[in-house]
Amino acid sequence: MHLAPLPSLAKQPSADHLLHRLHQLQEHHRYIPAETLAPLAAELGLPISQIEAVIDFYNFFHRTPRGCFDILFSNCTSCGDLALMQQLCELLDVQPGVTRADGKVSIDQTSCVGMCDQGAAALVNGRTLTKLTTEQLPQLTALVNTATPLDAWPVGWFSVQDNIRHAGLLINDALPAGAGLRAVLQTDADQLLAEIKQSGLRGRGGAGFNTALKWQLCRAADAPEHYVVCNADEGEPGTFKDRVLLTSFAQQVFEGMALCAYVINARHGFLYLRGEYRYLLPSLEATLAEMHATNLLGENILKQPGFDFDISIVLGAGAYICGEESSLLESLEQKRGVARVRPPFPVTHGYRGQSTVVDNVETLLAATHIAVHGGQWFRDHGTAQSAGTKILSVSGDCTAPGIYEFPFGISLQTLLETCGGLDAQAVQVGGPSGTLVSREEFGRKLAFEDLATGGSIMVYGAQRDLLAVVRNFTHFFAHESCGFCTPCRVGTPLLRKYIDKIAAGHGTAYDREEMVRLGKLVKRRSHCGLGQTAANPLLDLLEKFPQVCSERLLHQDYEPFFNLDAALATTRDLTHRDDAEAHLS
Amino acid sequence: MSHTLFIDGLEIPFAPGQTIMDAALAAGIYIPHLCHKPGLTPHGSCKLCTVDVDGRSAAACTLPATAGMKVDNHTPALQEVRKTLVQMLFVEGNHLCPTCSKTGDCTLQALGYHFGMLDGHFPPFYPLREIDASHPDIVLDRDRCVLCELCVRASREQDGKNVFAIGGRGAASHLIVNSPSGKLGDSDLTLDDAAAHICPVGAILPKNHGHEIPIGRRTFDLHSVTEADVAHVGLQKTEHHDE
Amino acid sequence: MSKIRIATTSLAGCFGCHMSFLDMDERLVDLLEHVEFDRSPLTDIKHCQPCDIGLVEGGLCNAENVHVLREFRQQCKILIAVGACAINGGVPAMRNHYTVQECLEEAYLNGVGVDNPMIPSDPELPLLLSKVHPLHEVVRVDYYLPGCPPPGDAFFSILSDLLAGKEPSLPKAMLHYD
Repeated sequence: MHLAPLPSLAKQPSADHLLHRLHQLQEHHRYIPAETLAPLAAELGLPISQIEAVIDFYNFFHRTPRGCFDILFSNCTSCGDLALMQQLCELLDVQPGVTRADGKVSIDQTSCVGMCDQGAAALVNGRTLTKLTTEQLPQLTALVNTATPLDAWPVGWFSVQDNIRHAGLLINDALPAGAGLRAVLQTDADQLLAEIKQSGLRGRGGAGFNTALKWQLCRAADAPEHYVVCNADEGEPGTFKDRVLLTSFAQQVFEGMALCAYVINARHGFLYLRGEYRYLLPSLEATLAEMHATNLLGENILKQPGFDFDISIVLGAGAYICGEESSLLESLEQKRGVARVRPPFPVTHGYRGQSTVVDNVETLLAATHIAVHGGQWFRDHGTAQSAGTKILSVSGDCTAPGIYEFPFGISLQTLLETCGGLDAQAVQVGGPSGTLVSREEFGRKLAFEDLATGGSIMVYGAQRDLLAVVRNFTHFFAHESCGFCTPCRVGTPLLRKYIDKIAAGHGTAYDREEMVRLGKLVKRRSHCGLGQTAANPLLDLLEKFPQVCSERLLHQDYEPFFNLDAALATTRDLTHRDDAEAHLS
Repeated sequence: MSHTLFIDGLEIPFAPGQTIMDAALAAGIYIPHLCHKPGLTPHGSCKLCTVDVDGRSAAACTLPATAGMKVDNHTPALQEVRKTLVQMLFVEGNHLCPTCSKTGDCTLQALGYHFGMLDGHFPPFYPLREIDASHPDIVLDRDRCVLCELCVRASREQDGKNVFAIGGRGAASHLIVNSPSGKLGDSDLTLDDAAAHICPVGAILPKNHGHEIPIGRRTFDLHSVTEADVAHVGLQKTEHHDE
Repeated sequence: MSKIRIATTSLAGCFGCHMSFLDMDERLVDLLEHVEFDRSPLTDIKHCQPCDIGLVEGGLCNAENVHVLREFRQQCKILIAVGACAINGGVPAMRNHYTVQECLEEAYLNGVGVDNPMIPSDPELPLLLSKVHPLHEVVRVDYYLPGCPPPGDAFFSILSDLLAGKEPSLPKAMLHYD
């Protein structure tokens, strides 16, 4: 019943990557036994503490056995359904997070798995289940209890659709394999860089750094090695466009990496793929093999002497922070994904201290199209500051969730009309780390200069409890904080405590004020983007929807953080008491 | 271009490559810090050295000084931020000063005094963390660890070993020991290692020296953290915490 | 002018803060010109009447502590958390390293020299909370007087400020957590 143990990775230069070895151990034993650490450390030449540190950092590795079927339900507001998880727990007689005594099954929750257009979603032994419903749970229960291998489960349960609802400049532009490389090899790297510059292309992950400038800085950096890294750690809840790009346009993404390599003189590149997208590995490997076979990768690419470039795929293991570029590099270096101190920046001190470009999947895809059509073709779309189109992942309370490609500058209103989301009371643009937008602001534009987004558009209809939504996001950040800096490591769990207290109806006006004070500190003083955005949802909520919070507040000066009567439960049990004095109101 | 920057309006020199913290310490200006120690690679994690540089928040210990930089350091707003960060560190761990033999020599405590901190303010986390007394000479009490990684760096950079590391993630981050059993007693840490003495709090303590100097006569009973931590003041921390 | 009314109590504490309070020595005589004591170990009054200032030593380890603290909060205009235990649990909070079940079992069932092992159960005995908590987790606290114990001078300082109608502040030299 084991998932095929990453056979393709064994052929890769990255076969011995610590994350891959841990994936294999986790899969084989259902956990990573303590006795495997020392031999692994010796074999890989790593300190045992580094292996231990990494195991405990990534969500998909465990120190105690998980079930033969380890089922992780997404807890995202778009592709998650924890009620479904509870139902399955009852059917299988298992507590969330606790492996069933017979070792057959464990059930838990996990952060967004990127199936927001086809939820409810879960991972079973790393494979993605989509469109889960209550109706299929009895059958699922039977399959688990009869230890039926996943390959014998209904194939449709694992089907992932692209759901491209509105194609634009890039998605509509069918390109023959190698078109970008061929176009560029007729001129030279300078010309390509000039076209990228002319295109106005900015990073599609959300931060919007000028792509040509990044490539140029990396190219100019005086380091022995240069690397190109494709950031496919698409972990922002509500984002799934990279999933689609890597499903149906992977060749163009890899070609974009090769084009970047050509400009910056890189000989090696990495695709860092989030662990949740592991099911994409076989097709991605096949694409790479095909590109090798047709000389689009490898040595002397398209017979260009000295143009050697290869790509390895490294599979993450459940850590949102690794989408932050310097954390991603740490993870590539087989360490915990902790954000680095900047400066220096990756363009000068990236992977293994060498000059590195880290670009989003969509950015690299765009580069391929720009290489074919020229910069002006791209620049003719979008706005002055945000050239080209943006590929959006739309999910939540709309009639047609899926992928929408529009020129930058379209209003949220237009997008909502197209996706059938006009009943929304609010939209979260850019995922939890982005902006909560109220109806009054639906005229705002999707662009770097107004509402920046890496692609996540989560629509919330009138029935949604926005406090529950924001509480979900606040929990997400506390769970995903890497723990490096004080403001985020301590601040995000504290924010979680405050919003839990308010959501449970135990909060006071004082708690709300404290939450805001703390939220502002976490936002302003944290080390990296995670902490700097973690308080955005609740600060936005309090500013734009103040009544959502205030109507839950107690009209009293003070209320404890914990339930006093519950704090006596253990001693009541131990003394068999239930008299009045054995309780606290 | 002249190599000077401004801290709270005071113009001070810096050498190329110095951080704001380096320049400040050299000029005798105190910027609060906990995870920083001159001679070790700057870390930038505790954020107590948070300053505002031309209006933007930065860690003074990691940000390179540049000419003309205007740094706000000793402002009421920043002192309040730093006090809050100390409170956050207190509630995150189990910091019970009266029960700790590092009391009076503890930098976290001294920072609390410096900022006039009276209480932890936030709801405590009550973490359950492992104590490791397996080493004959040194005890590791994770309840008090503030994850500053001074021991991690001192072991690697000064002792030429690799005894400590941080494991886990987020609020569950914790100090781990690089040995097959994960126990300090199985590591190659020795009492003459810098890492055995660098802990700014009471997490890594030499055994058998707990109360050689009575409470009331210890470093921060006699000196403020500002005196003790500005490099050119030749203060020695008391008893076994000397290096 | 009527006197300022003060109540004091020790919850999960050692009365060390009260002893330190007495370290004000002869200044107590002056103080008594201006204040009178309500509920306090010094008076043996069992329940608080309305007071101006409540000084609470010790943290919260059981249900009775909670009742007493709530009475103080209700009756005292100004509530002061006094000492390390009131402020962050202090020495009693060392038991938070264990579960309350482990503590009771060690004390009454498995400990060395235990005769007739049983966990006592009597309505007269207050039940232990699962953890020892500082005061500010259960009621609003107005001022904090740290120290283990706070020195007599610190008591004098904070009371003098309050009697003078000033916002109390503690000189740095008196600020200690140990």
